[in-house]
Formats: sequence, structure tokens, C-alpha cells
Amino acid sequence: MIELSGVHKRFGENRVLQGVDLTVASGTSMVIIGGSGTGKSVLLKCILGLVRPNSGTITLDGQDVTKADRDAFLARFGMLFQGGALFDSLKVWENVAFRLVRGAKPLPKPQAREIAIEKLRRVGLKPETADLFPAELSGGMQKRVGLARAIAANPEIIFFDEPTTGLDPIMAGVINALIREIVTEMGATAMTITHDMSSVRAIADNVAMLHGGVIRWTGPVSELDATPDPYVQQFIHGRAEGPIAAIR
Amino acid sequence: MTAALGAIGRPVLLALASVGRVALFAAQVIAHILRPPFYLRELGHAILQIGWFSLPVVALTAIFTGGALALQIYAGGSRFNAETVVPSIVAIGITRELGPVLGGLMVAARVASSIAAEIGTMKVTEQIDALVTLSTNPLKYLAVPRVLAATLSMPVLVAVGDAIGIMGGWLVGITRLDFNSAVYLKNTVDFLEGWDVGSGLVKGAVFGFIVALMGCYHGMTSARGAQGVGAATKAAVVSASVLILASNYVLTEVFFTS
Repeated sequence: MIELSGVHKRFGENRVLQGVDLTVASGTSMVIIGGSGTGKSVLLKCILGLVRPNSGTITLDGQDVTKADRDAFLARFGMLFQGGALFDSLKVWENVAFRLVRGAKPLPKPQAREIAIEKLRRVGLKPETADLFPAELSGGMQKRVGLARAIAANPEIIFFDEPTTGLDPIMAGVINALIREIVTEMGATAMTITHDMSSVRAIADNVAMLHGGVIRWTGPVSELDATPDPYVQQFIHGRAEGPIAAIR
Repeated sequence: MTAALGAIGRPVLLALASVGRVALFAAQVIAHILRPPFYLRELGHAILQIGWFSLPVVALTAIFTGGALALQIYAGGSRFNAETVVPSIVAIGITRELGPVLGGLMVAARVASSIAAEIGTMKVTEQIDALVTLSTNPLKYLAVPRVLAATLSMPVLVAVGDAIGIMGGWLVGITRLDFNSAVYLKNTVDFLEGWDVGSGLVKGAVFGFIVALMGCYHGMTSARGAQGVGAATKAAVVSASVLILASNYVLTEVFFTS
């Protein structure tokens, strides 16, 4: 279980997170929604330790993440970055197998390559893709490779940062379906940040809306449409009028 | 008065803070060089990129510098009938100063810029964050192999540059200045001491360290966007070049004035 309590983060005068309280139960899929620049990515990065919060506590299964052994802590995570964040200088299979051939118990390369090809197949990519470089792939294929890398070491927790940004609706649907399937199949805890409502409905068990540096609303995805919260209603229906300023 | 002091103090403090950050970065890199894991594949790749692929530019710089130096020394020496010193002065000038310094500056232009641009782009495309989530220390994976490769490669580049620079002087000497080939080579060898070459190689190692360190530091601290990467690249080349010239003076003081 991931628990955030009173998490604050500011960059200079810009107070991005102003007391975030959130609980993500093990084995569930939490989607965080919110407008651009509301601090969704910062929130994920705080959990991963890529950004240090100014105050508040973040625990994973009751243990403070800032005091955990970093390698053991990160070994439990997989992350799909917004732009894929694939390493340009490495082949596709080397990207996917990156964690497998390093760390405390590195696998022999042929075995790691086999696993990488299997993971590529799992995300709908042919084995021939394995020996290409990331620059030779389309945006959708890069996202799939990023997804394969995120699941390569069978992590307990997977983060997805804007998984469908920049993709056409069909490819976005494919990625959403893949994420849902993989999370269910692996029994992993998932945390996704997006402002794409089709992703929310496809991926989420629970939804939390981040606005003004705090969680405005959280609940099961089945209650999302019925909630009277004006912030949520404006966001999910994409209205220009409402409590959320259109110009930020 | 306070405003004037502030105007002086602010940039001084900023400069000192930058020096502190670079020193801390250098200390971290050195500490990681000695600690496992060792990324030998990345080291090999960096040696190829930094050392092997810099050979043409260093060789071209050296041969033209050696030739020009021979012409200048001959022209200057003829004012007091000292033309015969051309071989020895070319050899000493190339090995002690021009080989390492010009080689270092050329490698700074070629390597510091490419390292800063590559790592800066990795930063803005979240590849460095991805490394962290994959339990890999970016400093160890990206900076250590490059710094080590440049520190090991530069003395070799300087040695090759020395040989080619001396050859450039010899070529000009025998074709344009009417030197006898055997006499030119004998004078070169007779007057050249081991430390002339050795000091240049030590300088080369220091310059290699500086070049890669500046490339990695500015890449890793690059601001967002294309403009941020561009600024990091420029800062890497400028700072590496200035530090090469400054450290060259310090090393020359240490090696040759005591």
C-alpha cells in the first residue's frame, strides 16, 4: 500500500503540492487526473524519490520511502515515462532488459534477451523489433517498448506517466487495453497520471483528482460521473466554465 | 554604496557556488571510479568515441602547428643567426606546450560539446530519471566512463600529436628550410629530454579529465528544452577551454620553475 500524508513540494515560489493525502491499496489501479501543470508528475516523482518533498510523509507498506534501501525500493517499481525515455544508444531489447542485466543478480545476456523478446511480444511487438534502435520506431511503438521495459522485471508497482499522450485514438486505446490487461494479469499496484478521460475509464479502479496542490476528490471510477464535485464535473466534461480557471 | 557592494558580491558568490558545485561533482566522479559496479562496455565505447575518433582532428592540428612553428622559429632565429635551433625548439614546443594544449582545446571543442549535448538531451527527455528508476546511478553510468576514458585517452592522443607535430616541423624543415633530414632528426632527438614528453602527457591526462568533467557536469545540470541543451553545450566548451588554459599555466609553473 502506498500512503501519502501532507506532502508539500515547491519550486522557488511555485507551490506545486500543498498537502497531498492519498492512499493507494495494493493490487489496485489508481488514476490521478488534473489539469496540465497541477503537479501530477511531481507527485509520482516524489514517491520514486526523483524529487524530494519539502514536507510530509510517503510510505510504502508502512515504511518511509526516504529511509528505505534505494535499490531494494526501486526494484519493486516499473515506470512508463511520458515520452518513453528509451535510451537512444541501446537497441530495443537492451532497453527492455536494462534492469535484468544489471543490479545485484544480473542475468546472462542471452537469457535477458529472451525475456525482453517475450515482453515485447506481450505488448504486441514482433521479435524483429528487438534489434532496432529507438529512433527507428514510431511513437506508439516507443510507448510499447517503454511499457515492456516497465514490466520486464515483473514489478509489484507500476507507474504510468501520461501513457497515451501524443498517440492517435486507436493506438491510445491499444495502450490503455494493454495497461489494464498487464496490471490485472500481474496483480500489480498501478498509479497512472493522465488527463485523457478514455484512459481513466479503461485503466482505473479508483480515481483521484489533483487540483490546487491537493487531492480535491477521490473515489471509485464507478462514482466519478455521479459526484457533485464541481471541479471533477468541469474536468471530466471538459467545460471552459467552472471553478477551474481556463487560463492558468 | 550597499548597492555597489551587492553588485560585486552577487556574481562573486554565484561564481564561488559554481566552483563548489563543480568540485563536489568532480569528487563524486572520482569516488565512483574506484567503487563497483564498473561499466566496462560503456568505458570501451567512450574510449572509442573520445580517443579513437579524435585522432584525425588532433593529427591535423599537430601537423600544421609543427610546420608553422618551424617556419616561425626559423624566421625569428635568423635575426640572430640561430636557425639551427629549429629542430630542438619545435620538439620542445610541441611536446611541452602546443601538443597538449592545442590537442586539449580541439578535444574540448569536439568532445565536451558532444558529451554535454548527449547528456543534456537525456536529461530533458527523462532518460536520466529512467536510469534512476532502473536502479542505476546516472553519475556512475554516464559520467564515470566518459571521464575515465578521456583521462586515459588524452595522453595517447598527445603522444600521437607530438610525433605528428614534430614530423610536420621536419617536413617543413627539409622541404622549405633546406635542412638535412638526418641532421634535423639528430638535433630533435639529442635535445629532447624524457620529461619534455612526460610533462606533456601528464598535462594531457589533466586536460582529458577537465574536458569530460565539464561535458558531464553541464549536461547533467542542463536546463529544460532545446535552449537549455544549447546553453549547456556552450558552457561545457567555454569552461573546458578556459580551465585547460588556466591549468596549463599552473602545471607549467609546477613542472618547470622549481
